[in-house]
Amino acid sequence: MDTKHIRNSINSWLYPSLTFGTLLLIWWLASARGYLSEQFFPTPAAFVTGFREEVASGSIFRDTLASLSRVGAGYAISVAVGVPLGMILGTVLGARLALLPLLNFLRSLSPLAWIPFAIFWIGIGHGAVIFLIVIAALPTIALSTMAAVAGIPKVYFRVAQDYDLKGLQRLTRVIFPAILPQLVTTLRVAMGLCWLVMVAGEMLAGNTGLGYLIHDANNGLRLDLIVVGMVVIGLLGMLCDRLLMFLTRLPGIRWGYDR
Amino acid sequence: MSTGSIRIKGLSHSYGATAVLKDIHLDVSPGEFVAIVGPSGSGKSTLLSLLSGYLKPTSGVLERTGTTRTVHQADGLYPWLTVEGNLALGLPKLDAASKRRAVSDMVGRIGLAGFEKSFPHALSGGMRQRVEIGRALCGGTDVLMLDEPFSALDYLTRLKMRGELCRLLEDQPRTVILVTHDIEEATQLADRVLVLSERPASIVYELKIDVPRPRDVTASGVVDATKAVLKAMGYEP
Repeated sequence: MDTKHIRNSINSWLYPSLTFGTLLLIWWLASARGYLSEQFFPTPAAFVTGFREEVASGSIFRDTLASLSRVGAGYAISVAVGVPLGMILGTVLGARLALLPLLNFLRSLSPLAWIPFAIFWIGIGHGAVIFLIVIAALPTIALSTMAAVAGIPKVYFRVAQDYDLKGLQRLTRVIFPAILPQLVTTLRVAMGLCWLVMVAGEMLAGNTGLGYLIHDANNGLRLDLIVVGMVVIGLLGMLCDRLLMFLTRLPGIRWGYDR
Repeated sequence: MSTGSIRIKGLSHSYGATAVLKDIHLDVSPGEFVAIVGPSGSGKSTLLSLLSGYLKPTSGVLERTGTTRTVHQADGLYPWLTVEGNLALGLPKLDAASKRRAVSDMVGRIGLAGFEKSFPHALSGGMRQRVEIGRALCGGTDVLMLDEPFSALDYLTRLKMRGELCRLLEDQPRTVILVTHDIEEATQLADRVLVLSERPASIVYELKIDVPRPRDVTASGVVDATKAVLKAMGYEP
């Protein structure tokens, strides 16, 4: 590692730490000097107390696990169905004509509009939240996978024809690897969407989870616990995105970013 | 000698109302190197797409024997595959061991030993085109279509690549169709140069060049041929 590399990796930790440090300092100062009333926002001390309370009772872990498992399940279903569906839409004109308007309609409709039906059909809890996540993420994944397929350079298909890659081989050895870099971006966007919907879904159609924690704290006027929920959601969301970003370093994907 | 031939009779092609090619006649015998030149927009690429089988002609007869592979202008390699992986695409029917041998043999021929595991984006333009040519030659292709294969390269690299192509073809003779706007490239490499007219294009001039390859770009036979082709294209110095 040369010095420039070391400096870059130090800076990639230092700069964000400075940003968050400054925000913490402002929060602390504003609370201590009385600019920020406790009625409107908790003090850092109240936040720490609230956080300890949640940890001691173990409920923060149960809520985190509930939310993570819902996002995990909803995301897995959306990717498993959305990516192949997008590839079919990108290659089969008939499927595109038939399904594109429906998907665009669903995408334009806020997934939260489905909450009443999610509750009627599935009942409050796990299933309803997973349903809402899938309704939000699946059309987005399918549509942007389709767009990625449409953007594959024509020359790749000519090469496929010259080298006898047809049917399933064409799909798995040409189309899929060609869209992988863009697919990673899609997966990151979809993950963000899943987190957003999870919070709203749990607030209205859940009885556990981080979103419900915020909802419940709101009812009890526990502003400190609202912030605890917000911080955990934000940090976990960042972590998930980071993990997906590692995919861009794989040799079969990196070419899309190095060019 | 495993090479294919091409027979075209009265071939025409149009995109909707736009006639691009009109009444083309062409016979290419096995092992022959034919270059097609013409003004830009004259339908060179359309002709090549027809010859490669990517397009079907609107009318006329097109017969090909043997397998055909095209070397594209640029970016024809699959960027998600290494040099080895791209070359192996040319050898789908071999078992793993013979495939490895054939790939490493081709890596040596195209002078890329040591770059087997490199991805295309890490190679220079000239190296990438060498891999493309190698890939197209792998596995006994009969007809090699070259679609402006060196036009994205700088002049000196282009000269070097022409030499390499001659060397590769000497070891593995093929029927070659070269489409180019570089007239010097055509006259330095081809046994026969065909000139297309403006759209709708037909063949308006044909020149046989009986100089053994490899030819120097400044050899009198090449220079004379270049002059003749330029004149046929209406260029007067």
